[in-house]
Amino acid sequence: MPYQPIKFYQTGSFVVGNRLLDVEARSTQSDPKRANTLTSGHRACQGCGEALGARYALDTVSRVTGGKMIASNATGCLEVFSTPFPETSWQIPWIHSLFGNAPAVATGIAAAMRVKGRDDVRVVGQGGDGGTVDIGFGCLSGMFERNDDVLYICYDNEAYMNTGVQRSGATPGGARTATTQPVGPHPGNEFGQGKNLPRIAMAHEIPYVGTATVADLRDLEYKVEKAMTFRGARYLHILVTCPLGWGSASRDSIRIARLAVETGIFPVFEAERGEVTGVTKIRRRVPVEEYLKLQRRYAHLFGKKPQPEILHNIQAAADRNITRYGLLDDTPDDLKPPGEAKDAATSGHDEAQPEDSETDAMALTSESFEGAR
Amino acid sequence: MLSQIEGSKAVADAVAQCRPEVICAYPISPQTHIVEGLSKLVKTGDLTPCEYINVESEFAAMSVAIGSSAAGARTYTATASQGLLYMVEAVYNASGLGLPIVMTVANRAIGSPINIWNDHSDTMSQRDSGWIQLYAETNQEAADLHIQAFKLAEELSLPVMVCMDGFILTHAYERIDQPTQEQVDAYLPPFTPRQTLDPDNPVSIGAMVGPEAFSEVRYLAHAKQMLALERIPELAVEFNEIFGRESGGLIHTYRADDAETMIVALGSVLGTIKDTVDEMRDEGHKIGVLGITSFRPFPQQQVREALVNAQRVLVLEKALAVGIGGIVSANVRTSLSGVQLRGYTAIAGLGGRAITRESLRSLFENAEADALEPLTFVDMDWELVQRELQRDQLIRRPGTAYEHQELNPGLVAAQLP
Amino acid sequence: MEKPFAITLDVGTSKANHTGSWRTERPVYIDRLPPCNNACPAGENIQSWLYAAEEGGEGYEKGWRQIMADNPFPAIMGRVCYHPCETSCNRAQLDTAVGINSIERFLGDEALKQGWSIEVTAPLTGKRVLVVGAGPSGLSAAYHLRRAGHEVAIFDAEPAAGGMMRYGIPKYRLPREILDAEVQRILNMGVTLDLNRKVTNVEAEMRAGNFDAAFLAVGAHIGKRAYIPAGEAAKIMDAISVLHGMEDAEPPMLGRRVVVYGGGNTAMDVARTAKRLGATEAVVVYRRNREKMPAHDFEVTEAIEEGVRMKWLSTIKHADGGKILIEKMELDETGFPQGTGEMEELEADSVVLALGQDADLSLLEGVEGIESDGGTVAVSPNMMTGHPGIFAGGDMVPDERTVTVGIGHGKRAARNIDAWLSGVAYAGTHKHELASFDKLNTWYYSDAPQSMRPTLDVARRTSTFEEVVGGLDENNAVYEARRCLSCGNCFECDNCYGVCPDNSVIKLGPGKRFEFDYDYCKGCGICVAECPCGAISMEPETI
Ligand SMILES: Cc1cc2nc3c(=O)[nH]c(=O)nc-3n(C[C@H](O)[C@H](O)[C@H](O)COP(=O)(O)OP(=O)(O)OC[C@H]3O[C@@H](n4cnc5c(N)ncnc54)[C@H](O)[C@@H]3O)c2cc1C
Ligand SMILES: Cc1ncc(C[n+]2csc(CCOP(=O)(O)OP(=O)(O)O)c2C)c(N)n1
Ligand code: SF4
Ligand code: SF4
Ligand SMILES: [Mg+2]
Repeated sequence: MPYQPIKFYQTGSFVVGNRLLDVEARSTQSDPKRANTLTSGHRACQGCGEALGARYALDTVSRVTGGKMIASNATGCLEVFSTPFPETSWQIPWIHSLFGNAPAVATGIAAAMRVKGRDDVRVVGQGGDGGTVDIGFGCLSGMFERNDDVLYICYDNEAYMNTGVQRSGATPGGARTATTQPVGPHPGNEFGQGKNLPRIAMAHEIPYVGTATVADLRDLEYKVEKAMTFRGARYLHILVTCPLGWGSASRDSIRIARLAVETGIFPVFEAERGEVTGVTKIRRRVPVEEYLKLQRRYAHLFGKKPQPEILHNIQAAADRNITRYGLLDDTPDDLKPPGEAKDAATSGHDEAQPEDSETDAMALTSESFEGAR
Repeated sequence: MLSQIEGSKAVADAVAQCRPEVICAYPISPQTHIVEGLSKLVKTGDLTPCEYINVESEFAAMSVAIGSSAAGARTYTATASQGLLYMVEAVYNASGLGLPIVMTVANRAIGSPINIWNDHSDTMSQRDSGWIQLYAETNQEAADLHIQAFKLAEELSLPVMVCMDGFILTHAYERIDQPTQEQVDAYLPPFTPRQTLDPDNPVSIGAMVGPEAFSEVRYLAHAKQMLALERIPELAVEFNEIFGRESGGLIHTYRADDAETMIVALGSVLGTIKDTVDEMRDEGHKIGVLGITSFRPFPQQQVREALVNAQRVLVLEKALAVGIGGIVSANVRTSLSGVQLRGYTAIAGLGGRAITRESLRSLFENAEADALEPLTFVDMDWELVQRELQRDQLIRRPGTAYEHQELNPGLVAAQLP
Repeated sequence: MEKPFAITLDVGTSKANHTGSWRTERPVYIDRLPPCNNACPAGENIQSWLYAAEEGGEGYEKGWRQIMADNPFPAIMGRVCYHPCETSCNRAQLDTAVGINSIERFLGDEALKQGWSIEVTAPLTGKRVLVVGAGPSGLSAAYHLRRAGHEVAIFDAEPAAGGMMRYGIPKYRLPREILDAEVQRILNMGVTLDLNRKVTNVEAEMRAGNFDAAFLAVGAHIGKRAYIPAGEAAKIMDAISVLHGMEDAEPPMLGRRVVVYGGGNTAMDVARTAKRLGATEAVVVYRRNREKMPAHDFEVTEAIEEGVRMKWLSTIKHADGGKILIEKMELDETGFPQGTGEMEELEADSVVLALGQDADLSLLEGVEGIESDGGTVAVSPNMMTGHPGIFAGGDMVPDERTVTVGIGHGKRAARNIDAWLSGVAYAGTHKHELASFDKLNTWYYSDAPQSMRPTLDVARRTSTFEEVVGGLDENNAVYEARRCLSCGNCFECDNCYGVCPDNSVIKLGPGKRFEFDYDYCKGCGICVAECPCGAISMEPETI
């Protein structure tokens, strides 16, 4: 498990804070002085997972950089709900340019910082799944390939939400969107399509790739912190619930993200230079129905005409993740990915060394690599 | 220092003397020699500190430029033709955000059909992008305009496009008076950005603006360019003081006193035009030239003053606005509102076709004789064109959609919405 | 910086946009009643003292004082309480119940070790209250009355205080130095105790001592008898007397083969005591089967471990010198035991009857208004008998007969006496909605099974009266306390503070919990769903 939970503190490390933990072992979000990089008054829907994920991630960046950070943001809900004139919810230097260029804008900022000798200022690029896996993909891949010193964060809500829930390359099979209606023989979004961007990112052999969800804050913060120990291109893919687009109750935003992990639908792992180095094990495995039933975008699988084949497809995809990443503790070793990151070849990114292996994040996770073996 | 060098090298050297901090570009002919030159200067350490970013597309080039400029770095890029179109969304964005990026466009035709040679179709397509557009007549001016462009851009916080004719200028070896670094430093102060991404003074750049303020935002962008109308001539004067030559400015007239016929053009073709005019003036023709350096902002007042006393104006254009004709002419005409003049548009040099003195001579004489159509195409192979038009007539099936329906109802029904 | 109009904005300005107006429901912090608290007969605020104990260090004293607010006997509780709190603990539905009782013992012992005491801070009221009986119920009432500022005198017939805690419960479960110390702490508060002073007429005593009210807690000490045809040589004894005799200089003579008749806790205690006194055979004879036995399962198990034999589904038909005759029983459809006619002989030097007790109510004879069924006295919900000013509790009133129930009666009586003395009615405390399991989000709790208390090995258990069950060490106690789910009560886990997408939760600092910022809360309800302990509820917006 990438993040070694602290046991026996009533809630261990599952909750946001814990008054009984040492201050340094507490989450950024529990800090009354956290940055609130994205502050109140934004216009995200009730229970928006993207608003939450963005604050989680950027507050952590802000903490580890001591506030020395700049963010570039793609067009999308996050941008629209945070910065409608005359008000902005951001409390950090932030720029929105276009839908498809956030990674390149980030590259430019990083170049400016380097040329000015401001190595202390760290750059984050961010966008929705559409801005990341589709329209911004060229810029992202270029940023990866050049190993620019940028942490790019994708807030994946699995469709183009800002324009009214249309399909993106990250929309899962079987999901209804405004452009993948489950009519006639169509299952909602077709199966066998779509991009797995974390794996594509890994193929670039960049220093660090991680996936996370808004349901596991400690893991998310750990991954941001870990990512920040590297220089060079880093990628975080965060699953964020969208009550509007998924047709879920606003109060269930975290629960649904948790179920995405516990079903195996969304594998949570990390990789260094193309090799998986850690996975978050499923704690209480549940069948995919428990996840799907909470979302109206899957309502056509249940209703009057249940669709067992589609359910079967989705379960099969979850099962595949479980074996591929070894998400259950009892997965036979030979089904797990190699994960020997420490001795794996380091590809071309020589300068991309962790800056400080003695950080809290590292100390907390000294055993984390065992999990993947 | 006088040197016999390629135009691209002159530009690269001038840009380097402006001490850009971030250069990001994607190769496309005929811009390549400029960015190759700069890349080398960065690699050799002659241009330092500077980051040269090999981006994956022109869209990325302009986007990186947006990022670095917004973060307070003096930023330069260059492109042409398809590349300019590929970055269009970001081009508009850079000006909308008010970022003082300087970009060279090595003017080239736009496909399809793909064509690497010179005309002005590319930058003309971006005339409303909110960028300042300066057109260089010579390589000397091209080099000089870059130095002025950085100063202008940064003073106004607006991006500037320096347009120079591809191949004709970029690849031509000419004698250039290259400035010294001291001169450039004396002219161009270090970049102090108007707004910047700074953790010590955070702001949100790039807000979403609705109907309640959008018109005002656009007007303010316009007003800023109007300010440039004042600054551009001043900058040319200041330039002259330090470098000792005339370069830049809004417009230049040539032998225009008492001219009855005025020829208007942009860029390197002005050289050939001036030669032709010299010849005709020597023979007693009352003909003169108006060269426009600043196409955006468009110097209405100055253009009007330069033309108001003539009897006719011929605008020679290196771009065709399909479906109407001239682009520059339309702009010129708006500055002559209320003035009764005969106006002609001549389209020439598309896709790199040579514009010869002979052709110009006959064109101008026809103009003087008012024997021109309002829209004239210089050196057009009319025989070929007629043949093609006829062939097209034959291929196309005659008749209205209604008649077709009778012939083949199924086909047409399928096409109806 | 010169910011271009509209395009570039000053950070944090969205605070001007009060998104709270979107809300149709609002989250509200509440306290729900933890099931443990609900189940505790003494009304302890268990969740609260566990919360304090979780801190370790200074938290122990805080926790102990929280127990002391309701119950003056943490160390005794930690040994003899049957802990219904643990039976109803929500954590039992997750893995195993929190070891509440063992933590209470740890705190109780810690208090004795550290000599923590209770100061009476309330001003003296000048009222005098008589407490009859120094058992747990009487002592509890005396303690609470004293804390409320009244003058309290306890009269007890025995030479030492404690009631059944001394004369019933064996040492190996409740070492006497623990009992003595916790009783002494009450006396140190200024409660007077008159020993060897049997009250025969309560009204006369009240008048003589000028008492304004009385609390009676004389227990139930008269052993019930069953008719057993017996020969002359049969040695038949009563369990209460046997156990009482254990406090005498000479322990009772039971012989080598002891038969105990009955299936309650008392039966187990006698059988286990017999073993320790040297009996080679200690047999419990009971009419029904193990499931039906009123004794607690752990007591039966411990007894069996120590070599006590069980004869279930058996009745004693006849007893005579050295032998008894047993008839086998079977349960009919209603679960009632019926004789089978099958007989068996058993060797027995003595037969001890452990069949329950009745109260000796002679001290109430002639008192006006008293209602009694002979074995117990009726009391109203405020613990007053039919006679104004005379209250009663513990084993002598109809209720469960346990130390803790008695203590609870004592507390409730004290609160009511206090009110009655000042001429008002005791309002009682408001009971919150129960924090049932479905109100929790158990995802957030670590998997952590209950820690085990050490037990004495069997050899030592059957030869000595050393305490059988040990206490937790500090590590275990803290660990165990931290297993508490804090049902229905905010424990400052920061979840609401973290999960709000609109930063609408204000963290007030350690111990001060949180507040909602309704200016921005959109009412999404995530905090409610993700509060581990169910301390937030969603309520409709009024306007
Ligand atoms: C063997 C045995 C084991 C038990 N084990 C447990 C256990 O493990 N856990 C548990 O919770 N409960 C246990 N119980 C039950 C528990 O002991 C009683 O329910 C509890 O002690 C009742 O308390 P009380 O104050 O009402 O009466 P008692 O404890 O019986 O105290 C009554 C007191 O009143 C005094 N008294 C009586 N009459 C007079 C009088 N007329 N004048 C003055 N003083 C008088 C007595 O001397 C005595 O001290 C056990 C009981 C027995 C018999
Ligand atoms: C070039 C361009 N194409 C299309 C759009 C319209 N558009 C704006 S946001 C958006 C969808 C955003 O989806 P995603 O990136 O997943 O972010 P989300 O809103 O779901 O968070 C689209 C299609 C645009 N702004 N620019
Ligand atoms: S549509 Fe979805 S992503 Fe967009 S603001 Fe609403 S909940 Fe958030
Ligand atoms: S978990 Fe804690 S608060 Fe909940 S019932 Fe058990 S001991 Fe009481
Ligand atoms: Mg999306």
